[in-house]
Amino acid sequence: MYSPEIVIEALLNGLMLGAIYALIALGLTLIYGVLHIVNFAHGALLTVAMFAVWVLSARFGMDPYLSIAIVAPLMFAFGYVLQRFIIGPASHGKDNSILLVTLGLSIIIENALLAGFQSDTRTINTDYSFRVVEIGPLLLSFPRVVGLGVTVLTTLLLWLVLNRTDTGKAIRAVAKEKLGASLVGISVPHVYAMTFAIGCACLAVAAGLLMPSFYVSPKTGAAFVLVAFTIVVLGGMGSVPGALIGGLLIGLVEAASGLFFGDSLGQIGIFLIFIVVLLFKPTGLFGVQQ
Amino acid sequence: MLEVRELRAGYGETEVLRGVSLDVGEGEVVAVLGSNGVGKTTLNKVLSGVLPSTGGTVRFNGCELQRANSAAIVSAGLIHVPEGRRIFPNLTIRENLELGGYRRPRRARGANIERVYATFPRLKERARQYAGTLSGGEQQMLAIGRGLMGEPKLLILDEPSLGLSPLMVEEMFALIARLAAGGLAIMLVEQNVVQSFELARRAYIMENGLITLSGAAAELKSNPELKRAYLGL
Repeated sequence: MYSPEIVIEALLNGLMLGAIYALIALGLTLIYGVLHIVNFAHGALLTVAMFAVWVLSARFGMDPYLSIAIVAPLMFAFGYVLQRFIIGPASHGKDNSILLVTLGLSIIIENALLAGFQSDTRTINTDYSFRVVEIGPLLLSFPRVVGLGVTVLTTLLLWLVLNRTDTGKAIRAVAKEKLGASLVGISVPHVYAMTFAIGCACLAVAAGLLMPSFYVSPKTGAAFVLVAFTIVVLGGMGSVPGALIGGLLIGLVEAASGLFFGDSLGQIGIFLIFIVVLLFKPTGLFGVQQ
Repeated sequence: MLEVRELRAGYGETEVLRGVSLDVGEGEVVAVLGSNGVGKTTLNKVLSGVLPSTGGTVRFNGCELQRANSAAIVSAGLIHVPEGRRIFPNLTIRENLELGGYRRPRRARGANIERVYATFPRLKERARQYAGTLSGGEQQMLAIGRGLMGEPKLLILDEPSLGLSPLMVEEMFALIARLAAGGLAIMLVEQNVVQSFELARRAYIMENGLITLSGAAAELKSNPELKRAYLGL
């Protein structure tokens, strides 16, 4: 068996990877909770954000963490415009058309990226990419420590926006009671677009956190979103705390199964959990029966 | 204050409102009565901008509103408290009230909330509770309170007594009378004919998407045809 240090180290690293998963799941679950659709374009949008971080670093020498300050507002605006002027109008208010529109969008985005950047994988080398942080006997990957910290901050910020601002309250109101919201003068299309925009901004943060230790190719986002979708189901569709807890949990599971079954089988635990949740608690940890 | 002329609307091919005309004056309580399915709720939805009209005009304080969206209509002070309350169950009572003032300046909000609490002390006691946990009567109070937060010039109340206990119905009508006494114009859309006649100065009877009878409430009350159709006398 492994020594306790190795196991704890692996689990902590898993927890920190889970934090980034959680950030991706946060946007997905928020969009599901309010628009009641699974956003199939989420993975492609993550890829866009990762390429944006890469371009800023490769062309302008910008630090990937710092570039979040530029990419997040850009992705926010991109998400707003996408929902307000493309996805919303193209779906004519039918949920199943929204689904198809986001699926179509993901194909367009992926192929546009292929045309622009080819299918090569790109990386950013920073002097901290492989740095480790020593805490007592434990060695933790620096980018992952930063990832955990920034995720907790982002979730806190999102919680404050949803609970303390008028826009946030309007988002929660529209999630459960669209007609009531219209009747107090809330513009539902605007709230939909704001929700989509916030989801995209979360992706930008995730992209900035991922790039120092990960690579990007036009297909990268899809793999993450598969895991993020598992987290959304595990945490409960539409639940923000569920996404955070679910993300951390999935990170732990991936690390543990990677340790015991070998790296190439690391993700097997995630999909086992997915099946178990669907079988025994289909509403997830924090989900409510509709 | 509100002038509706030849208003038409419907869902797809089905026309529900077939040319409705009615007026509500400054500070007046007007009842719109009719049985289920005659188009009362459709009328309210068109007036509040959630369903588009297909013909006719709506003038409110001199503004044409038949093409306006719900946000603009709320800003103009025409507030609709819908059938089924439509409160936000996942938000606290205070948050529900705050969103009632979504289209109003923030600085007026605190005072408006205090005014609503004064009218409905029970809402103040439960300010931090989720609205979904309230009883039917309390939810109706919250819905009206949320409407008042929009600083209405005219309040449309759609079936405020629906689904309430007899005691609660009494309380609700007493409350509406108090609001009216404070000078607020109210369009009361109800199936509860007897109590609506008590409250309203004028009334319109709606049948099949049209106004078929209108006049002073006192006169309509003794109309023999109406007595037979609605009062079962």
